[in-house]
Parts: sequence; structure tokens; C-alpha cells
Amino acid sequence: MNERVSQTAAAQDVRPMLSVRDLNAWYAESKVLHGMTFDVREGELLTLIGRNGAGKTTTLRSIMGFLQKRTGSIRLNGEELIGRRTYEIARKGIAYCPEERAIFSSLSVKENMFLPPVLSEGGMSDADLYATFPNLKARAASRGTLLSGGEQQMLAIARILRTGSRLLLLDEPSEGLAPVVVQEIGNIIRELKTQGFTILLVEQNLRFAKKVADRHVVVEHGKVVDILTRDEFETGMDRVKSYLGV
Amino acid sequence: MFEHISTQLLFGQVLLGLINGSFYAMLSMGLAIIFGLMNVVNFAHGAQYMLGAFVAWILLTTLGIPYWGALFVAPVIVAIFGMAMERLILRQLQNLDHLYGLLATYAMVLVIEGLIRQQYGSTGIPYQNPIPGGVNLGFMFLPYYRLWVVVFSLVTCVGTWLLIEHTKLGAYLRAANEKPQIVEAFGINVPRMMTLTYAFGVGLAALSGVLAAPIYQVSPSMGSNVIIVVFAVVVIGGMGSIAGAVVAGYALGVVEGLTKVFYPEAASVVIFLFMAAALFFRPSGIFSGKEST
Repeated sequence: MNERVSQTAAAQDVRPMLSVRDLNAWYAESKVLHGMTFDVREGELLTLIGRNGAGKTTTLRSIMGFLQKRTGSIRLNGEELIGRRTYEIARKGIAYCPEERAIFSSLSVKENMFLPPVLSEGGMSDADLYATFPNLKARAASRGTLLSGGEQQMLAIARILRTGSRLLLLDEPSEGLAPVVVQEIGNIIRELKTQGFTILLVEQNLRFAKKVADRHVVVEHGKVVDILTRDEFETGMDRVKSYLGV
Repeated sequence: MFEHISTQLLFGQVLLGLINGSFYAMLSMGLAIIFGLMNVVNFAHGAQYMLGAFVAWILLTTLGIPYWGALFVAPVIVAIFGMAMERLILRQLQNLDHLYGLLATYAMVLVIEGLIRQQYGSTGIPYQNPIPGGVNLGFMFLPYYRLWVVVFSLVTCVGTWLLIEHTKLGAYLRAANEKPQIVEAFGINVPRMMTLTYAFGVGLAALSGVLAAPIYQVSPSMGSNVIIVVFAVVVIGGMGSIAGAVVAGYALGVVEGLTKVFYPEAASVVIFLFMAAALFFRPSGIFSGKEST
């Protein structure tokens, strides 16, 4: 299986924006990633799918440098990120939207939205953000944590779009949301892709993942066990479901 | 019952209360900033206040730098010392229980006070009043320097509150207190921000020390004498609440002053009675939940 993974990666990997090679990571003494290897190409929307505890979120957190102990290689446009601090990684052009949304309760919606600094050119303007997320404008003065789950998710995505980062790490943006809101989030993510953002998405909702992604990386026990194109994902749904135990 | 109380005595004690309240407010605000934004119980705050006064005195006696220069130079020097403390000691404890920070900062108090006492002795050292004279208001004599202390501390407190609550920098600090990893993931150097926050809080303590030098004698124990009251003020205002610390500081200074007029025997304990009442009726402080930090 590993041979197939590396062959798939090599065949499709023309010029990866993000290249993860043999990534191992630990929470204290507990090893949670066991040689994760995959690439994300520029402009691509790649999902990490797998069961709970497979290591998907940990992979994103490792990329952002949240985990102290990591080995292997994480390269962004060829530049090594292992050994760098989180704020340095962010300044290289990676933005992170966490699973728990991490809206700041002490700040208003507007303060939450405009908290991240502009790190490089190419980020969305204030007007663009309000045009993409009009309901946030109406709630600008409210405390961030008083928004509904869907609005909080939109706020969590909106605030990272003004930084100028071109690679977005989105951790389960559809989790716990009503179907109509999930659809809206899906539309926004597709729109971001058409605007040229590269997106690495952790997702458990297979229907949602199928609609938005170009490729899917299946993660089990902290390592990549399969990489599927959109077509392979459609036709091999039984295989995917067996990976996920659905 | 209180016919024997003269207007002069009453207003004199109100003024004294306001002056003490100015120091309580500035010191408790610094403590609240450090606790509210860094979760560090800075027991060394009193020693840093004392260092501010001593540095002002040393600047005057060795380099001839007068009060007005020391007002800016001394807080910067003590803040740099605070930055070193944060980097070398407090940062190592940041993931541990508050108790470790409290014990470490208490150990710093013992070291700092011990060194100052060993070098300069325990006796209080006078510092010349930079604004001598005053104005007779008819019902009381108001020294100019004391008026300056009240006005300056009020401006400093309001300015600091505005900085924390109504600026982008303040929003970064409040956000970093809630979720430091996420703020760092926005590209902000949070460890450096924490060092500067601690330095700012320490600088405020030192600024209070410089203000206090001409009023009280400069002595190694001047910080220890005031820090317990300041902690009580912070508890009453709400741990980490900047507005709470400032309002409670001034209010309790005046209450303490008035108690000296009406029932002097209770003057030294009245603040602690208020603290006990606050802990009983509103354990998280009077201003808890009314602001973010």
C-alpha cells in the first residue's frame, strides 16, 4: 500500500506547494503520527479523511508547529518548516482554521474578524470579506461567541482570508452544522478554490468531502494508507467506507 | 456623634485616601494586566515598585538625573530587569500551575529586597519633593506634588485602560490570553508579546515607585508594606479586571482615609473587610464579567 501511495504522490506531484515527508509527531511521549507522506499542489483542494483519532487534526497541528516534538520534513514551496516557530510558519503563508473555531469571547465579531494581521499581499479586502460573509457585517458589534455555530464557522474562515496566506488548513468546517449551513460553507470553500487558494481540508463528512475536493488522502493510525483522485473516490466508495468503518 | 470632626480633617483624609488610592490603583492595575494577560500572580510587584523608587534615588545621587528624568528612565530600567525575569524564570513556568509562578516571584522578592537591604540598609532614605509648595483651599492645604500624583496616576490608569480595551494591540493581548496558540498561528510573536506585557506591568510598578519616592521614604520594605493591600484591591476589583483594579484602588483608598476619620481603629483592616465581603458575595470580584480582561 505504501508503494502505491508514494507512486501516486510521485506521479501526480509536479510542483507541490506543501510537501510532507515521513512526518512523525508526538503528544508528550505518545507517538501519534507514524511517517505521514503526502503533497498538496498549488491551487488544489486536498482532504484528509479517516476515522476519529487517525491523526488528521494532528497532521494540521504539526504543520502549524503546535507540536513540540516532530521529525521528518514539511516543506512549503521548498522551504523547510520543521524547527520553525508557529508564528514564523504563519508568516510563510499558511493560515489555520481550527476544528473548535477558536472564536475569542473577549472580542466582538469585528475585532475577531480583523484580528489577524495582513502578512502579505493578496489577502481579501475588508469589503470583499463582508461581501463574502454578509451576515457577519450585520453582527459586527456582537461578541464573537454569541454567534450561531454556522456564523462562528464563517467568522473563523473569514478572519484568515485577509492575511494574504495562500494555503488554508481547514479542520472539519462542517462539523456540528445544519445541512443548509454545511451547503453554504461548501459553496464558500469552492469559491475560495476558484480564487486560487490552496486548501488542505480535514473532513469526516464524506458527502461534503466528495463535493469539494480534488484528491483525498486516507489516514489510518497516523499514516497515509491511500490517496484517491475525485473519480477514484466516486467509484471506490465501498473501499473508502471500509477504511472509515462506515 | 461626629461633631468633633473638622472639615479640614475630613478633606485632608479624603486627599490622603486619594493619594493612597492612586498608588493602589496603579499597582493593582499592573498586577491585573500581568495576571489577566499572562496568568502570572506577580508577587514581586511590590519589590518592583520599591526598585522604581530606589532607581530614581540612585539616578539622582550618582548621575544627577532629577525626578522628571527619573520618571521616564527608572521605569524603563526596571522594565528591562522585568523582561530578564520573564525570560529567565517565568517563561520556564508558563505551563505549570499559578502556584509555581507565585512562589517564584515571592522568591524574587526575598532576593531583591535582601540585596537592596544589604547594599543600602533598612533605614528610609528621603527624596526631595520636585514640586514644593501648595495651595490653601480655605478648608485645607493642598500640596502641589500630591495633586500631581493624583492627576498623573488617573491619566496613566485611563490611558492604560484605553490601550488594553480599545486598541488593536489590546485586542492581541486579550486574544493571546484566551488562545495563545491561535494568535501565534496568525503570525504574531506571542512569546515576545508576553515578555513586553510583563515588562509593561513591571514598568507601571516602577513608575508608581518613582511617584511615591518624594511622599514616602525610599526603603527596601516599602513594597512589602503595600503589596498585600494591593492584592486585596485586585481581588475586590476582580482578578485580571483592569477597570475593576483602578476603580477599586481609588475607592478603597478613599474608604481607608474616611475610616481614619470616623473609626481610626479599623483603618488598617477596612480594606480586608471589604475583601472578605467581596469573596463572600461575589468571589470573582465586583467587576468580573463586565469587561474582557
